[in-house]
This record gives sequence, C-alpha cells and structure tokens, in this order.
Amino acid sequence: MSYRALITSLALAALLGAWLPGPAAHAQGSANAALSAPDVLVKTMSEDVLASIRKDPSLQSGDISRLNALVDDKVLPYVNFEKMTRLAVGRGWRDASAEQRQLLTREFRTLLVRTYAGAVASAKDYQVQMRPFRAEPAETDVLVRTQAVPSRGDPIQLDYRLEKTAAGWKIYDVNVLGVWLVENYRNTFTAEVSRGGIDGLIKSLVDRNKALEGKAS
Amino acid sequence: MRAFALFCRLGAALLLAGGLGACASIPPGAGSSSADPLEVYNRHMFDFNDRVDRAVFKPVAQAYEAVLPEPLRNCINNAFRNLGEPVNAINNLLQAKPGNAMVDVSRFFWNSTAGLLGCIDLAAKAGAPRNNEDFGQTLGVWGFGAGPYFVLPLLGPSSIRDTVGRLFDFLDTDPLWYMNEIRVRNVLVGVRLVDTRASVLPAEEVLNRAALDKYQFVRDGYLQLRRNLVYDGNPPRLIDPEDDADDSPPRGSPGNAGPAKDQPPAPPAR
Repeated sequence: MSYRALITSLALAALLGAWLPGPAAHAQGSANAALSAPDVLVKTMSEDVLASIRKDPSLQSGDISRLNALVDDKVLPYVNFEKMTRLAVGRGWRDASAEQRQLLTREFRTLLVRTYAGAVASAKDYQVQMRPFRAEPAETDVLVRTQAVPSRGDPIQLDYRLEKTAAGWKIYDVNVLGVWLVENYRNTFTAEVSRGGIDGLIKSLVDRNKALEGKAS
Repeated sequence: MRAFALFCRLGAALLLAGGLGACASIPPGAGSSSADPLEVYNRHMFDFNDRVDRAVFKPVAQAYEAVLPEPLRNCINNAFRNLGEPVNAINNLLQAKPGNAMVDVSRFFWNSTAGLLGCIDLAAKAGAPRNNEDFGQTLGVWGFGAGPYFVLPLLGPSSIRDTVGRLFDFLDTDPLWYMNEIRVRNVLVGVRLVDTRASVLPAEEVLNRAALDKYQFVRDGYLQLRRNLVYDGNPPRLIDPEDDADDSPPRGSPGNAGPAKDQPPAPPAR
C-alpha cells in the first residue's frame, strides 16, 4: 500500500510545473490573481489549469508545444522558477555564473514540463479542494494546503509554498503526499555538481531533456 | 510444506530473472550520506528488484490490466485495502488516536457488509475516507527515527524502522495470514501482489521521466513520504538555512544582481 502511495506521490511531485498554476481565463484575471491572497491565488490557478486541460484534447495528449505555451503564458506569472531551481541546486548555486544560472533554470523547467506531459491526461479526472488556510497578515512565506480528489479513490495531499515578492505571491515549491519537489531533486543535483560541477549538472539536464524529447508523449 | 516448496521455486525463478551476475552502477561516494549508509547494497538490490519487476511483475500486472475490466479491478483493489483496515485500527490505537481507530472499525464493518466484502468503499462516499497507518508509522510516532534507508528484496523501498514495522503488521495484523485454507491464501496473496503492482502502472511512466537518478529519486521520495505519514500530513518544516542564503550575485559578475530585499544577506564567496 505504501509503495503505491510512493509511486503516485513521486510521479505527481514531478509534475509540479503545470499542475498547480493554471491558465487564468484572461490576462486581467491572472494579474489580479497574482496580487490576491496566496490561498486565493492557488485556488484560482488550480481550477483554471484543470478547466483548460479538460477542454483541450491536445493538452491531454501531452502536446509539448501546447504545454509550453500554457506554461509560458499562464504559469510563469505565478511561479518563481529561479528560486525553485536555486533551492534544488543548493550550495552549488553560489558558484554558478549568471549564464549557468539561467541555463539551469531553463533546463529544470523544461524537465518539469516534459515530465508533466506524460501525465496531463489523467489530471482531468481530479478536482481540487482547498484546506484550511491560516497565516498572519505580515507573513511573507506561507504554506497553502489543498487536496486533489480523483473521481474514484483516495484524495491526494497537494501543498504549495509561496513567497511574497514585489510582484505578488509566487509559488516556489510543491508537495504531493508529503514529498516536496525541491527536496526530492536536491540530493541528485548535489551529487551531479560534486561529480561534474555546475556544467556537469547542466549537461545531465540537457541530456535528460533530449532523451525525453525523442519519447512519444 | 507445499507452500514452502512453491515459495522456494518462485524464489529461484526470480533470482534467475534478476540476473545473478548483473551489476548496478555505483556512483563514487555512495554510502557517504547519513540517511543512506547502506547505499552500495541498496543500489544493487534496487537494480535487482528492477530487473525482476521488468521480467515478471510488470508484464503480469500489464496482462492483468489488459484482461480485467476497470470496475472489476477497482473492486478487487478496494477489497484488499479493506482487509488493511484492522492494521489501520490497531495502529491508530497504538498511536493514541482512538477516534480514528473507531472510524477504521466502522469503515471495516460497513464496507465488509453493505460494501460487498469491501468491493465498494461506501464509507468514503459517506465522508469517512480511509486512514493510512502501519506499525512503522507507530514506531515513528513513538519517537523512533527512520534509521538507514533499506531496500528490501522484491518489496522495494523501506527503512530499518519500517522493515521492523512491516514484519509486525505482516505477522500480527495481516488478515490473509490467518486464513486456514493455505491454497486459497496463496492465491489471494498472489492476486494482491499483482493488484498492487497494477495500481502503480499509470504513475510509473511519470517517475521514469522525472528522475535523473531513479534510485535517488525513489529513496528521497520514500523518506519524505514516510516522514509525512508519521506526522499525519503535517510535518514540521525542515530548514537548512544554507540552501536559501543565496541570492548572491553570480560568480564573475559582481554587483549586477544585489540580494533581494526579502532574502538574508549573501554569505561571503568561497
């Protein structure tokens, strides 16, 4: 039973990028969502992304260019991919040049999107429910808890960490069944950096993405 | 005795499938992590399990999925998980959560009767979703850490603590273990195994895509997942300040990207 939960959670944890942040219906809508309370932002995005997956068969079939467009257009405003990458890379980030940091962020994002492409079809069967949210008004780093409820089966814990920035709240980590995305990549990234330096990690990510590109999605 | 002979033959077949001479690739520095001192053994066993899975369990699970219609598979899955309710109830009691234990008992009662031997999860539809408890979690609640990560032969990811827990659950509270009809029991154990494997088929492909190093990804996921379960979904946050003390300007371009104002100051460059 726990193995089942493990695989499910790892798979879902990997989805991150497109799972959480949804395409808001209008540009105006997304601007407002980014400025609203963190729980409202997560709710709006979750519902929007599921709605747009449900109504777009080419997204459900894992069309990478459609997914990328979705992420660029609608997801990016709510997610701090750079912070996510920085946390996952850990100490090695300090030694990375600006160009390397950019490459890392881009390739990590690509990996998350490609991963998500393999599962987006099943996402349409879920509803997102918000769980009680409490935060002091002055807090700048909060946890928003939700659960994804499938049409059949047990609900799946799905939590987000958000940070308040000048441009509004931004998601920088997501947790599925208790497995935080950043934490789950950190050891791998650290090992890659200690083996081949920052460039070694970049190369691993690039190779991985190339391998996934060849795969039918 | 016959069951034992069968078990031995099965074991031999699996060993062959696993490829006795096969070698896992062991990265340099394996075993230096405090959470995983057994990494060298673990990687070999992970690799072995993977081979056995690809040769035996996965194809069988795929066939099972192809042959049985989905509603029937759901029914079987629910029925087996219903048999896990005693484990939930006992461990909720051991963790001093009598309210949850009551829920488990009533779930077991209603689902076993009105839910047709657990085939339908009526209780969940009525707003009492399944708990997930086991003795490994109970040990965690009692204050035992996970101990070293430990990959079990055939059963996969575990830790020393959870291995002890599993043994306890298996010997004391697995209902199948109490069946007198040995042959029926063996069939049920086999079906349960296939059912469990089949239920993770859809998620597996995503895992394969996501992981740069599958062993590490599964290990870290397992440890996080178990910690989360011990705390019933609400673990204290792990903070390693060093991880985020780092909005420092990139190397080679000093001063063009000052620290964000909501970040602690960057540590001195090494």
